[in-house]
Amino acid sequence: MDSVLEVKDINKSYISRRKKIQAVKGVSFQIYKGECVGLIGESGCGKSTIAKMIARLEAVDSGKIFLDGNDITNARGRTLREVYKLVQMVFQAPAESFNPRFKLGEGIMESIINQGISRRKAKVRVGEYLEMCGLTKEFADRYPHEVSGGECQRASIARAIAIKPKLLICDEATSALDVTVQAQILKLMGQLKKEMDMTYLLISHDIALVQEICDRVLVMYQGQVIEEGTPNEIIMNPQHEYTKKMIDAVFEISL
Amino acid sequence: MQKSLFEMCNVEISYNGESVVHDVSLKLKPSEILGIVGESGSGKSTLIKAAMGLLGNYGEISKGDIFYKENNLLNIKPEALRKMRGPEMGMIFQNCASALCPIRTIGNQLYEMMVQHNQRNKKEIMNMAIDLFQKMNLDGRRILESYPFELSGGMNQRVGIVMAMMLKPNLLFADEPTSDLDVIAQAQVVDVLIKLRNEFGTAIIIVTHNIGLVSYMADKVAVMRQGHFVEYGDVKDVIYNPREDYTKRLIEVVPKIRKE
Repeated sequence: MDSVLEVKDINKSYISRRKKIQAVKGVSFQIYKGECVGLIGESGCGKSTIAKMIARLEAVDSGKIFLDGNDITNARGRTLREVYKLVQMVFQAPAESFNPRFKLGEGIMESIINQGISRRKAKVRVGEYLEMCGLTKEFADRYPHEVSGGECQRASIARAIAIKPKLLICDEATSALDVTVQAQILKLMGQLKKEMDMTYLLISHDIALVQEICDRVLVMYQGQVIEEGTPNEIIMNPQHEYTKKMIDAVFEISL
Repeated sequence: MQKSLFEMCNVEISYNGESVVHDVSLKLKPSEILGIVGESGSGKSTLIKAAMGLLGNYGEISKGDIFYKENNLLNIKPEALRKMRGPEMGMIFQNCASALCPIRTIGNQLYEMMVQHNQRNKKEIMNMAIDLFQKMNLDGRRILESYPFELSGGMNQRVGIVMAMMLKPNLLFADEPTSDLDVIAQAQVVDVLIKLRNEFGTAIIIVTHNIGLVSYMADKVAVMRQGHFVEYGDVKDVIYNPREDYTKRLIEVVPKIRKE
C-alpha cells in the first residue's frame, strides 16, 4: 500500500510560564491511501498540535514528516505552497474559518483561482463542489452568517476538497454540530472516501463516531501515542489503563 | 405529593413578534433533573433564557406563565429577579469563556461574585472552589491564579460550572455544559452535577444534544423540535420506548459504541 503520510518521531514543546511543556513526544505513524485514521484523546493531549505540524502551520522541534514520500519537514517557498495544496484542514468552528465579509463562494473559489484557473471556470467548479457536499450552488452567494452550522461545515468541506488534496485533516469537524447534522456530515465523508479515494486524519474525542467511520485509531495520552489498532480492537480489548477509562466514560444509550 | 419548584404553563416566546417557542408546559420538583434535547435552533436555549429573564430586548414571553416557588416570575421586578439569579436560580452557559472578564484572574472574579452574594470569607471561598475543581480533575490553585486566556476551552467551561455551583442554587439551568469537554472531563462534570443534586437537592434543567448523557443523569426528558415539545416524560419511557418518529430518528443517528 502507498503511504500518503508518514510521521517519524516528531517532538514539539511550548514554553508556558517559563516552564517547558512537551506537547508531542516522539510520535510516529503512517496513513495509507484511502484510509481513514482516527486520532483520539483528551483535550490538551497534543492532537491538534500534530494536525498543525502535518499541515505545516507549526514547525516541529525534531523528527520528520513525509508526504507522498517527500520530506516536507522543512519545506519552504514553492515546495511549502505545494504542501498547503496537498493537505487541507476542516476546523471545528465552520463559521469562524470563513471570512465573514466574503461570500462562501469567494472563500471556496480562492484556492481554485490560485491554481491558475479563470474566475468564470472557478465559479462553475464551486457550484459542482457545493453540490457534491449536499448543498445547492446558490449557497455560493450567501455569507457565513446566513447559513446554519451544518451548511457552513459542508461549505468548508467543499472548500477543502476543491483543490483535490491528498490528505484531509478534520479537527473535531462535527463536535460543534448536533447529532442529525453530524450524521449527514459523516455520510458525506464516507461518500468522498469512496468516490475520490480520500485519505483522512480524523481528530475527535467521540469514540463511537470513530468506530463508525475510521479504519484505524491512534489513542493519544499526554503527548504520546499509547495505543494503535482497528476501532474494534481498541474498544473491545483496550490495553492501556487510560483507553479503558475513556471508553467507560462514554454515556451510552443502552437499548 | 411534593410541591413543584418550577413550573412553566403554556409558554410562548417571541422574538420581534415572531413566536419561536409554542405552548410549552413543564413541571419540576426539588432535586429532579430534566433533560431537554433537540436539534440546534429548536428553541432549547431560548426556553431556559426565558426562565432566567435573559431574553434581551427583542425577546418576550408572549403567552403563559413561569412559576418559581409559586411566584410568577413574569411579575417580579428586574431588581428582585437579579437577586434571585445565583443563589436561587443558577445558570451554566454554553460558552463560559465569553462570560468571564479577560483582564482579571479567575480567583478575583470568583471572589467578587461571592461578595455580591454576601459571602466574604476569602479563605473559605477559595478552599471550596479548589475542592470543586479537584473533583473535576483540575488543579484549582493554578486555575484561580490564571486569566481566562491562559486556560483551555474545557477548563474555562469548568470555571463556569464551579461559579454556578458555589452559590448552591435551588434550581440550575445548564445550557450544553459539556459539549466543549472530552469524554472523561464530561463524565466528571456530570458526576459533580449529580452530587450537587444529591447533597443540596438542586433541581437541574440541562439542555444538550447528548442523548446518552440525558439517559444517564436525567429523571425526565423533553424532546424539542421547532419550538414544540414533541415528547415529554420519564426517561425510560421516552428514550427506551419512544412514541414519536422524530424521537426515534434522533436516537437512531447517535453514534453508539459497539462492543460485540
